[in-house]
Amino acid sequence: MSQSNRLSQGGRVNRDKVINFRYDNKSLQGYEGDTLASALLANGITLVARSFKYHRPRGIYTAGSEEPNALVQLESGARTEPNRRATEVEIYEGLSASSQNCWPSVNFDLGAINAKVSRLLPAGFYYKTFMWPASLWTTYEKFIRKAAGLGKSPNELDPDSYDKLHVHCDVLVVGAGPAGLQAALSAGRSGARVMLIDEKPLAGGALLGSTDVIDGEPAAQWVQKVVDALTAMPNVTVLPRTTVTGYYDYNFLIANERVSEHKGKPNGEPKERLRKIRAKQVVLATGSIERPLVFADNDRPGVMLASAIRTYVNRFGVLPGRNIALMTNNDSAYLAAIDIKSAGANVTVIDIRQNPQGELVEQAKAQGIKVETNRTISTVNFGANKIKGISTMALSDDGRDVSGGASSLECDLIGVAGGWTPTVHLYSQAKGKLEYRDDLHCFVPKFRSQNNHGFEAGSCQATWDLAGCLSEGAEAGAAAAKASGFENASAAELPAVSEAAQSEMRPLWILPTDHPIGIGPKKHFHELHNDATVADIALAAREGFLSVEHLKRYTTTGMGTDQGKTSNVNALAVMAEIRQKTIPEVGTTTFRPPFTPLTFGSIVGHERRELFLQKRKTAMHPCHDAAGAVYEDVGDWKRPFYFPKAGENMHQAVQRECLAARKSVGILDASTLGKIDIQGPDAKKLLNMVYTNAWSQLQPGRCRYGLMLNENGMVFDDGVTTCLAENHYHMTTTSGGAARVMGWLEEWLQTEWPSWQVYCTSVTEQWAVATITGPNSRALLSELCDAPLDEESFPFMSMKAFEVAGIPARVFRISFTGDLAFEINVPARYGVALWKALMAAGEKHDICPYGTEAMHVLRAEKGFIIVGQDSDATVTPMDLGMDWIVSKKKGDFLGRRSFTRSDTSRTDRKQLVGLLTEDPNFVLQEGAHVVAELKDKPPMEMLGHVTSSYMSPNVGRSIAMAMIKDGFNRKGETLNVALMDGSSQKVKVTDPVFLTEASKEASS
Amino acid sequence: MFLIKCPWCGERDQSEFHAHGEAHIVRPENPDQLSEEEWGDYVFFRKNPKGLHYERWVHSHGCRRWFNAARNTITDHIYATYKPGEPKPEIDVNDPIHGNPENQR
Ligand SMILES: [Zn+2]
Repeated sequence: MSQSNRLSQGGRVNRDKVINFRYDNKSLQGYEGDTLASALLANGITLVARSFKYHRPRGIYTAGSEEPNALVQLESGARTEPNRRATEVEIYEGLSASSQNCWPSVNFDLGAINAKVSRLLPAGFYYKTFMWPASLWTTYEKFIRKAAGLGKSPNELDPDSYDKLHVHCDVLVVGAGPAGLQAALSAGRSGARVMLIDEKPLAGGALLGSTDVIDGEPAAQWVQKVVDALTAMPNVTVLPRTTVTGYYDYNFLIANERVSEHKGKPNGEPKERLRKIRAKQVVLATGSIERPLVFADNDRPGVMLASAIRTYVNRFGVLPGRNIALMTNNDSAYLAAIDIKSAGANVTVIDIRQNPQGELVEQAKAQGIKVETNRTISTVNFGANKIKGISTMALSDDGRDVSGGASSLECDLIGVAGGWTPTVHLYSQAKGKLEYRDDLHCFVPKFRSQNNHGFEAGSCQATWDLAGCLSEGAEAGAAAAKASGFENASAAELPAVSEAAQSEMRPLWILPTDHPIGIGPKKHFHELHNDATVADIALAAREGFLSVEHLKRYTTTGMGTDQGKTSNVNALAVMAEIRQKTIPEVGTTTFRPPFTPLTFGSIVGHERRELFLQKRKTAMHPCHDAAGAVYEDVGDWKRPFYFPKAGENMHQAVQRECLAARKSVGILDASTLGKIDIQGPDAKKLLNMVYTNAWSQLQPGRCRYGLMLNENGMVFDDGVTTCLAENHYHMTTTSGGAARVMGWLEEWLQTEWPSWQVYCTSVTEQWAVATITGPNSRALLSELCDAPLDEESFPFMSMKAFEVAGIPARVFRISFTGDLAFEINVPARYGVALWKALMAAGEKHDICPYGTEAMHVLRAEKGFIIVGQDSDATVTPMDLGMDWIVSKKKGDFLGRRSFTRSDTSRTDRKQLVGLLTEDPNFVLQEGAHVVAELKDKPPMEMLGHVTSSYMSPNVGRSIAMAMIKDGFNRKGETLNVALMDGSSQKVKVTDPVFLTEASKEASS
Repeated sequence: MFLIKCPWCGERDQSEFHAHGEAHIVRPENPDQLSEEEWGDYVFFRKNPKGLHYERWVHSHGCRRWFNAARNTITDHIYATYKPGEPKPEIDVNDPIHGNPENQR
């Protein structure tokens, strides 16, 4: 029983190496070199799937990456992967796979009831379903999710590793068939750096499945010689098992290399490696894919591409049937017929052409192959999940009808040969233009986008003969090498081949049967993956979906994981026929990456878990860890959010920190503040242009707060800038805005004021900053330094450089709490030492480290804004009540002119106010909407929203800030805040300053 | 992904750069003397041509220098890059490749 369909000899499999694998819990055997598909066929397994929509039984249809049917769930547990093409998976010892989309099993599937009620599942079914009442949708969703879907995603962490590589080359050759091999050989010999990439484990392309003779030897030997020659060249890289999935601008391509899966078990290598390739020239030798024929019930398991049967015979030594009918519209099926007959099967060719002539036809007849002409398959007899035979009928002259009686033929396998479609996916992804060739009945490359330099060769541009492919490849390789600078490149010599000339095909896109199409039980599938039929296209046309892009989405044609590789041209041709247009008039859809699916693992590579995003940590971070800090993400920074003591929750910790900071002394790690060192004779000029206030009088050692605006007059950053010396300033920015401000200064200096002599250097990470605040902060600092700290020697808004705890420091007397405060800046390497010294000396003052949440509460108590929280990109300084910082005298600065724009100068704009809730213990949600008049349900007139809201232990009640329309004039009014739970809270509009008496610096 | 020639560093991947819209917009010298429309034009209005576009780029993950590029917005072909302050290069958009009507879709 084992491998009953394996031929006694032949094929590129290693019969000495038996491979054991499991499929749907059956133990099976194959040979090294088999794909899962070839091994299943060797074991007589044809039925492998249920279709997406109708759950019709489906079989292996192709022998390559274009497979629409044979999608399997590979492995289980953490390594499981859905939608793997059985035609691509190489079997390895212990492989385990199962069919998907079937419930409870592939042979008996309850979802097949869909097929019986298929009139209820027409094209656009999903779209129409979405338009049903929402309540109904929830009912159907569960059923649809169970019945549809393709495989199951893993729900454990992927244990495998994935790699990424950036590579450059002179000539990239995609496809290692006869054209690609010749191209790589020609380019490689010139000395150019060449990469030859092919998705299959073996080079050869179409030659793998053929019986061609090259230079008097089987083609495989010629292929091996070329591969050996290429491998011996140090400038050439040959990459099998690698799929170029995307071709982007400027010859940038993505290729996914399957490094180790085929070896069976993890061996320390990555599973896959994503190559990001930049090539000077790209030779596309991507080959072509055989087209199905669209006849009644053409989707039955046991219907395969004729070329696929030929490949299974020649490459794998597998004969998937004994009585084989080949239906064709062209000569290429006869190549398959001859090989299949030689392998021992009975073959009948059903040729839809009226009078096929030519060498191959005669050869086939001479070998005893029956040929029926001008006939089509009108019925596929199918039972017990097997093909039992077919009926054929004679075609009318125009091919639109059948006549006469049906004659029946017993068979167990049907091969179909509808001509060939050039594989133009990559060409088209790269914005190359296609043209439809009426003589060739396919789309071919017309001209390239000018940024994607290179050439096409072989059957990807409809060159069907082997000699033509070999010669085009050699020419393209040489031309590509020349174009990338290797002037002496020349085309490789052409090996000798002999092949039969092929005659014309008969393009009948829809093959008739004994019922009108769409009537009766028979279905004409043009698209197997997503279960789309000719009747669906006709319905789409009737319903007005005429654009090919609409047709695609409405019928889901080509939207499966196979991207319609086998179905695309047939779909367009059927549409053209139904609308009585030409194929070019119907047009093509856009090919988009990836060519075949990429795994998330491959895309993500090493960039996951702790490598996903870098964490920025301040110099003092180890101290915060030791203190048990809970962190908040601020940009990429990890900032202490609060420092909970045993048993405290966040609220309790923040309330304690806020009280302690005002009562005695609090300490904050402020290292994340953006810091920019500004030097040069025009530094002052720069500050005057980027800030709203005047900087000309600022003396060395003095600090000033500034607001930055864009040209629209809107606030986008703030901070304190200090004059360190003449022509030397230290600017600080918000933590999140540091890079933005730096970029802003550079932009103006480089593009508008290039003659100004100013240099800006980011020093954010060079300084560690500890802020101490509170009534005892001066006493604490005085214990660690010799400098006089009294009000007169060291006034508010000034800076002095002196040693703190023996560490050279710049100390700024500025405050974001409104209390007496010192910001101590030391070189980052001394950050831990400074923090420890302050904590030790502060012990007697009950020093309290506080986090960003307490920092927010403390500043809000004093009405200090946070740019980006209390303001957004629509807020002027005047809206914030900060007219005092806008200079009326200094002349021009960025954004100034916009203040007099009619919209900006309105007095009823949204303005910053304070809100006090009626219930002092109620803390409003930030973002909650403020309304004038509360109604039962929306719409209500919105006045604005809450920007900041906290429970303030120092004020003794909740406080909030808000941006409210005409807010300045509403002070004293009572408004309402609508809450998420449907309730509301009355609020009184106030000044946004809640703690007024605490410190004299609050009013500065 | 584009390959962009930074006038200072040479050809680099697009991921090192950021685009910043139309180039050759000069900040008015006397904003106060501009009408609302004139100031509005300067602040808000930008060209969005189909075809040749002179635009600003910054090599943000490289030398951090600004420069200008002449790019075809249909084909994404970059005809030239040049330093700020340098004049617009003359571009013949009707040459056989870029002027091809097939390329204008
Ligand atoms: Zn650069």
